[in-house]
Amino acid sequence: MKKIVIDPITRIEGHMAVETFLEGGKVKEAKSSGTLFRGFEIILKNRDPRDAARITQRICGVCPAIHAYTSALCLDDAFAIKDKIPHNARVIRNLILGSNFLQSHILHFYHLSIPDYVDLGKVVGKVAPFTPAYEGDFRLSDEVNAHLATHYLQALDIRRICQEMLAVFGGKMPHNVGIIAGGATLIPSVDRINDFKGKLKEIRDFVDNAVLPDVLTVAKAYRDYFEIGKGCGSFLSYGGFVLDEGRFLKSGIVNSDRQFEELDPENIAEQVKHSWYADSESGKNPSLEETIPSPEKEGSYSFIKSPRYKEKVYEVGPLARLMVNYFTRQEEITRVAEPLLKELGLQIEEVPSVMGRHLSRAVECKVLVEAMSTWVEELVPGEPVYTEVEIPEEGEGYGLAEAPRGSCGHWIKITDKKIARYQVITPTAWNASPRDDKGVPGPIEQALIGTEIKDEGNPFEVVRIVRAFDPCLACAVHLIDTKGKDLGKYRIA
Amino acid sequence: MSEEYPVVWFQGAGCTGCSVSLLNSASLKFKDILLDEIVPGKKLNLRFHPTVMAGQGEMIINVLRDTKEEKKGEYILIVEGAVPTLNNGIFGAVGEKTILERVLELGKNAFITVAVGNCAAYGGIPAAKPNPTGCKSVKRVFEENGIDTLVVNLPGCPPHPDWMVGTLSVALRGLPLDLDEIGRPRLFYGKTIHENCERRAYFDKGKFAQKFGEEGCLYELGCKGPYTSADCPLREWNNGVNWVIGAGSPCLGCVEPEFPDNTSPFYRKLSWEEMKNEKNCN
Repeated sequence: MKKIVIDPITRIEGHMAVETFLEGGKVKEAKSSGTLFRGFEIILKNRDPRDAARITQRICGVCPAIHAYTSALCLDDAFAIKDKIPHNARVIRNLILGSNFLQSHILHFYHLSIPDYVDLGKVVGKVAPFTPAYEGDFRLSDEVNAHLATHYLQALDIRRICQEMLAVFGGKMPHNVGIIAGGATLIPSVDRINDFKGKLKEIRDFVDNAVLPDVLTVAKAYRDYFEIGKGCGSFLSYGGFVLDEGRFLKSGIVNSDRQFEELDPENIAEQVKHSWYADSESGKNPSLEETIPSPEKEGSYSFIKSPRYKEKVYEVGPLARLMVNYFTRQEEITRVAEPLLKELGLQIEEVPSVMGRHLSRAVECKVLVEAMSTWVEELVPGEPVYTEVEIPEEGEGYGLAEAPRGSCGHWIKITDKKIARYQVITPTAWNASPRDDKGVPGPIEQALIGTEIKDEGNPFEVVRIVRAFDPCLACAVHLIDTKGKDLGKYRIA
Repeated sequence: MSEEYPVVWFQGAGCTGCSVSLLNSASLKFKDILLDEIVPGKKLNLRFHPTVMAGQGEMIINVLRDTKEEKKGEYILIVEGAVPTLNNGIFGAVGEKTILERVLELGKNAFITVAVGNCAAYGGIPAAKPNPTGCKSVKRVFEENGIDTLVVNLPGCPPHPDWMVGTLSVALRGLPLDLDEIGRPRLFYGKTIHENCERRAYFDKGKFAQKFGEEGCLYELGCKGPYTSADCPLREWNNGVNWVIGAGSPCLGCVEPEFPDNTSPFYRKLSWEEMKNEKNCN
């Protein structure tokens, strides 16, 4: 079997390698692996529980806000104050998280993905960092190609403004200080609210006039990518953006037979048969498991564990949220998604794919700029944002939320007022997981398997499939054995 | 024709936050940094940056190899993230080599090395207790391996984009970098947060906030501003929109070698002695 190894995969967060085995020009087997392990769960032990909202953000500098958000939900739960968070604080948390969504989605489409679809070298010249690059399958006319290259540069400014909008209540970005256990740190003033609104308007214009039309342009030119990288076909969402009642984006699962089910966190468990962790921990709920590395374990090829729901594989992320919210007829999502599907002549069942994942992010950008315009008006100037917290001697809690990249969960156990155990399951752990205890490949691996590679010297299909998931490898902790394991070699790229 | 300075931005054990901070640059914009002269007659040539470069896999590993050989003594090496050293650096790899091997071979031939972020400068978050992967700073692994390339430290979690762009501009203009005893340019890290803090008057009057959202100095809530040297209060963050204390949060001390172990618990008042009693410089 011919092997294509791409190490490193760039234009993602973190360190990743992908290995595919071809037979008859098609991917027969695929393995995704991260190549960096830092050990956050080990570092968090014995610390002041409140510090988790700061330290877990350092898991990822592209979307740190979700770790502050999820950690704060987890701590609120462990401190038994989750029903006492002031309204202003809940809104500020959502505005901070929403700003990070917009930054992350715009960065992902224009700066991490577009170089695979738009020939930037043709516009700015063959200069670093736009060269070297894969060559061949660029399909846009010179005029459209140049138009999108201009938006690549304009989007640099817009994503920066998203960060500035976040900093209005978050203090700084990356790594905000505004979200804490018990609420938020900054009481909103009229002045701050206006600052936020001004920036949001500018971003909203760009979403309407660039993001939505540009995604449609790329989707039409690369229409076959609605057939490529379909993935596992099952979708999960914890539900995103906590409201006074329920969540703005719905939680639930959509099975491969398109049946909707309510989500029960008790059904989440991490399997480790093909991961470098002790088998004794396999199949445990994150509230119970310990992280016990076992790097010599036979048959393993990743330090990502395999999170599964009722022992089945699920994709998480913007596409999963679109599927869950479409099937539950969430109003804002369907209102934005339906005209786009109509324009592309697609049924919802046809969306899961490389291009469907890009489309889902564009839908979320539009839904969020509208929702955030409403949320910011809910802030009451001068009203409190914080409920006093008391760290319990003993306690447990968890927080579940949605990151730009998908479902993010934190679980804590407190002993003697300190962190005794902290577990994080990141979105990329779901999507980039290795084979599970039954040998079923993870979502990215499944999306690669069966794909025809047209030009082995420029395997666009592989990188387009992988990047459409927007992997965040720093999140999905794992380790590579550079001596002797398959993933230790690269050949073509 | 502008004179081009090759730049290799290498990511070790980090979170990409320093890269994202660079993208947030608002004095010179990121596109100016990519495409235009940053000082008269001189521009950067960002040959390698994992988050923005178009290529991937072997073709970009070749860029590292070629730059190291063909531009020996001419390129600027920027390292983001710490260097895992436990078990010969097995905990982090890029293109078949460990991060440790890559940082050493790139560092040896570089004209200058800039360690951006607390992780590269002092070990930072991945080197926090119990330092599961044996992470060390760039300077430390250079010293242990006999590499004498100058290392400029630009700590911060992340560093402000102006500190990064400003330091490169000072170097390209051929001006003195004026580093302090822990490798930081005094231009940006010369004064404590406390000296210029907007809440300093509260401290002097003895008015201390007791909970979040209250007026007053944040010292009792755990602020490390008195022990932390950076120009955040004057420069502010994200195009001057706000900053940590402006948002009502205590300073976490993220530009100091003691971050995070000895500047935490972040929300507890610590004395100077508590923060400095055990040097934790990696």
